Amino acid sequence: MKPEELLYAETHEWVGVSTEGGRKVGTIGITAFAIEQLTDLVHMVLPKLGAKATAGKEFGEVESVKAVSSLYSPVSGEIIAVNDQLPGRLEHLGDDPYITGWMIKVAIADEADLTKLMDYAAYQKQCASE
Amino acid sequence: MSVALRETPLHAWHAAHGGRLVDFAGWSMPVQYGSIIDEHTATRTAAGLFDVSHMGRLRIDGPGSTVLLDRLLTRKVAGLGIGKIRYSLVCQEDGGILDDVLIYHLQQPQGDLYHHLVVNASNREKIVAWIQKHIQPGDEVRLTDQTFETSMIAVQGPAALRLLEPLVGADLGGLEYYSGCETSICGQRGIVSRTGYTGEDGCELIVPADKAVEVWTRVLEAGKESGARAVGLAARDTLRLEAAMPLYGHELNEKLDPLTADLAFAVNLTGRDFIGRTALLKIKDKKDRPRRVGLELAGRRIPREHYPVVANGQNVGEVTSGTFSPTLQKSIAMAYVQPQFAEPGTELAIDIRGAAEPCRVVKLPFYTRSKS
Repeated sequence: MKPEELLYAETHEWVGVSTEGGRKVGTIGITAFAIEQLTDLVHMVLPKLGAKATAGKEFGEVESVKAVSSLYSPVSGEIIAVNDQLPGRLEHLGDDPYITGWMIKVAIADEADLTKLMDYAAYQKQCASE
Repeated sequence: MSVALRETPLHAWHAAHGGRLVDFAGWSMPVQYGSIIDEHTATRTAAGLFDVSHMGRLRIDGPGSTVLLDRLLTRKVAGLGIGKIRYSLVCQEDGGILDDVLIYHLQQPQGDLYHHLVVNASNREKIVAWIQKHIQPGDEVRLTDQTFETSMIAVQGPAALRLLEPLVGADLGGLEYYSGCETSICGQRGIVSRTGYTGEDGCELIVPADKAVEVWTRVLEAGKESGARAVGLAARDTLRLEAAMPLYGHELNEKLDPLTADLAFAVNLTGRDFIGRTALLKIKDKKDRPRRVGLELAGRRIPREHYPVVANGQNVGEVTSGTFSPTLQKSIAMAYVQPQFAEPGTELAIDIRGAAEPCRVVKLPFYTRSKS
C-alpha cells in the first residue's frame, strides 16, 4: 500500500484497510516519520495471534537506544495475523515501513474507529508541526 | 511556564547541521545528529567531537586556593604537580556527593599558577555557592566562573591526537593522560587536556567562546578523512556507560557517598581533613552497604534507570543507567545491589516493565580500549 492510501493515528501508527473474505481488515504498522524519530531500534514486542486489539490501547512496544515506545492500535478487533519475522529484522524496518514493516492485521470490529483517524495530508501536517 | 534555555557558542552550528536539540540541565544541547550507534562507533574507531560547553568551568586564583580546595575536595590538592589533573568529589558533611569534578593545576605563560575546576552543568550553581560559602574572611582566593566566556570541545577516539597535533601548540603525545596546559589551539589561547568521558584516548579543549565555531570546524575539517564527526549527548552517554564512568544524577547523587559508588580511588582519607571525611571513615567500616555493579543481559531489551534488580523474586537493587551497547552488541546496565549479589558471575534478573529479564554481574568496565 502507498502511504497516500493509508489512515494515520496521532501516535504515528498507520492502518491500511482491505477486504478479506467479506470482512474489513486493518493492516497496522508505524510510519517512516516515527522510525526516523526513534532511530537505532533494538527490540520489539508484538502480540500473540488471536489476541484482542482495542482502539487507542497498547498492542506492543518498540525500543530504541534512546527510549521505549508503546504501539497503540488504531482499531479494535481480533488480531488475525502477526508479522513474526519483524522483531528479528528491525534494521530493515526503516527501509520499507509500509510493506515489509507491517506488524499486525486486525479484523475490524467497528468501522467507526476509522473515522477518528487522519488521512495522509492531515498526518503530514501533524509531522510538520512536531 | 517555559524557561529560556541557555545556548552554547556552537548552538547555531548544531541546529544547522541536523542536531536534535533537547533541554539538558537548562541548556539546549544536541542529543544526536543522526544515528546514535553511528556516532558511537565513529568515536570508537575514528574520532568524535562533542560540544561540552554546558559543563561548568571555574577558575580559582590566589595563594589561599590550595587550602580552600583541600577542604572541599576528597582528593589532596596540595602537592598536585603543575599541569596535573585529578578526578575528585565534592562531598557534604554526611559524605553525600555534591558533584564529581576535575581539578586542574595550571600555569599561565607568564608564570602565574592557578586551579581550574570542571563541574557538571546541573551542579554548577550549587558548587559555585558551596565554594563561596567556604571562603573564610582573610582567605586570599578569587573564584571566577568562566563558563560563559569559554567553550569546551571534547575530541575523543583513536584518531583524536593525530588530527589535533597540527592544530595545537603543545606536544600532545608528550602530554600524559590526565595532564593539561595552556597553549595555542588553532591560533587561539586555550587549555588542552588529555581527559575525556568516553573510554577513548583524546583531548578536551577550552577556548574563548567567540572562537568556538572556528576551532570546532577546523578540527572537524582536519579529521574528515579519518572519519571524525560531531557526536551528540546520547552517544556520549552510551560511550561513558560502556567505559563504566559514573554520571551525576544517575550513579552519583547527594544521598550516595564515594565509597559506596566505588570511587575510593578518588578519596584520600589519611593525613588530611576535608568536608565529609569523618562520615566517610564510618561508612568505610560498614560492610552491608550496596555495591555498584555492571550487569550484562541475555536479551536485547534495555534496562532503564530505576528498574528493579531481582534475585529469587526479591528486589535486591536498582538500575542507575542502562543501554544497548553498540560495541558489545548486548544490553548492559550499571546498578546498585546488595553486597551479597555483587560478585561477578552472579545470576540476577532485571524487572523490565513486568518481565524478569535474566542478567549476570560482570566486572566493570564493560569496555576498555586496546592500548596498542
